[in-house]
Amino acid sequence: MTTVETAVGTAKTMVLNMGPQHPSTHGVLRILLELDGETVVKAVPDCGYLHTGIEKSCEDKTYSQAITLTDRMDYLNPLGNNLVYCMAVEKLLDLEVPKRAQYIRVMMVELQRISSHLVWLGTHAIDLGAMTVFLYCFREREEILKIFEMFAGQRMMTSYIRIGGVALQPPAGWRQAIDKFLKYMPSRVDEYETLLTENRIWMGRTKNVGYISAEDAIALSMTGPTLRAAGVAYDNRKLFPYSSYEEFDFDVPTRTDSDCFGRYMIRVAEMRESLKIVRQAMNKITDEGAVKTDAPGIVPPQREKMKTEMEALIYHFKIFTEGFSPPAGEAFVTVESPRGELGCFIASDGSPKPLRCHFRSPSFINLQAWPKLVQGQLISDVIACIGTIDIVLGEVDR
Amino acid sequence: MTETSNQENSAAGGRPSTVELLRAWDAKAVAEVVEYRGETTVVVPRELLRATAMRCRDEMQFNLLTDATCLDRHPFEPRFEVVYQLVATARPEKLRLKVKLFGKDAVLDSLVPVWPGANWLEREIYDLFGIHFNEHPDLRRIVLPDDWEGHPLRRDYPVEGFRDLPVMPLGFTKTSI
Repeated sequence: MTTVETAVGTAKTMVLNMGPQHPSTHGVLRILLELDGETVVKAVPDCGYLHTGIEKSCEDKTYSQAITLTDRMDYLNPLGNNLVYCMAVEKLLDLEVPKRAQYIRVMMVELQRISSHLVWLGTHAIDLGAMTVFLYCFREREEILKIFEMFAGQRMMTSYIRIGGVALQPPAGWRQAIDKFLKYMPSRVDEYETLLTENRIWMGRTKNVGYISAEDAIALSMTGPTLRAAGVAYDNRKLFPYSSYEEFDFDVPTRTDSDCFGRYMIRVAEMRESLKIVRQAMNKITDEGAVKTDAPGIVPPQREKMKTEMEALIYHFKIFTEGFSPPAGEAFVTVESPRGELGCFIASDGSPKPLRCHFRSPSFINLQAWPKLVQGQLISDVIACIGTIDIVLGEVDR
Repeated sequence: MTETSNQENSAAGGRPSTVELLRAWDAKAVAEVVEYRGETTVVVPRELLRATAMRCRDEMQFNLLTDATCLDRHPFEPRFEVVYQLVATARPEKLRLKVKLFGKDAVLDSLVPVWPGANWLEREIYDLFGIHFNEHPDLRRIVLPDDWEGHPLRRDYPVEGFRDLPVMPLGFTKTSI
């Protein structure tokens, strides 16, 4: 892979290579640290070990085929990836999604945000030596994955959100399952906080570690909880509402301490806000109604219609052989993923395959700002700093 | 914060739109304006990109460079279009700057002096499209190995790569693949 020549040891400093298989990097990331004793003088991340060329593959697939690829970028937020991709294609097509499907999307994406934050919290805590929290977090994450399995038949790579709506009607008994989850989850979040928030070791490991100022964070294009912990209330759900987020009542938590502890507090607060949104979305979703828009030639017809109507069969055949062709143009859509601003830029030339499909992945851009966080920190804090920006290497490299 | 787009503002006699402000500053900076699905794209001449970006940041509060990418229209010329997505977080408003480049002369000024966050984004464009950025502090490949040949996201690069592999896997000959 890329050779890093920038970190050069002088007589006083030494260069330490961390990774690309270090357990605490949660993926394959290589870091070069220039150290003066135990203090980090300079850090250079080296990524690309998980590069799979998803953007190139998208150019060779029809618009509906590429949905399954998007799941695999940020594997802790597959539904969010589906959402941003489908919204970009819908924007190109100028397609309206039924309100009921929009609420289902919001509910699923917010559940995904909670599950992603739970994985973050558990692994971040285990990196810093708190084993119990990991087990607790994965217990609740398992419940969320069961809900996903109920809705989509898959636990992780659901591909549940499709162009024009969602794949399936909500299953029987979904309301009870989510209601049960919403009833016990707030007390579980309290439980994590009892274990960590006022824990002296946790505070010692995270307070005043990995500071970045709001100006630096914005200049380095950071987004998400890291930017909000620096005091900037930048949240796509509020500033550029999509999928009916403007109808939901929730707060965007911000802090000013901008250290690892602040970012932890932001994510815990976000979990509570997401629970509020899930509850509201559940109440908004009616029992009956369409989950896909009526767009012949774009949204596959119902199975029953295919057996009785000739047009439906023709549309079905055309969608799966040739695909559909949006008018030539470009669309850039952003959503708020658990890690920050997730964007999708699609350019169409009027053919059934995209001319260009680019993903603005928050992990990649936040990792760029990471050397700023660790500068002057101790080597043991490097781990805390990697954990705190919550990167997913599948999304960094794509 | 209001959610009215800048066009509506302008029509209502409020703040002039970003495009109008840019035109008033330097008419040459706005080579073309594309409005599509509520998104504004300003095509900027290559020589004026950095000055325009500076203007957007300092005078129009576009403080966040959220994304930069490129698209290749091969075999049409100018084949490359480098795209910068800007956000004014305080208003809020989005703007897209675009520079068109010919395949033979795919060079433009880096925006790292304006937004340091452009660093990795431009490295990625260099890596995958082979576009050179003047005055970029660290223009190296980022996701591909240093010794990689070619730029895979170009349209004339086959999706499955070039088939004559330098080292053939055990038991394979060139004809068997």
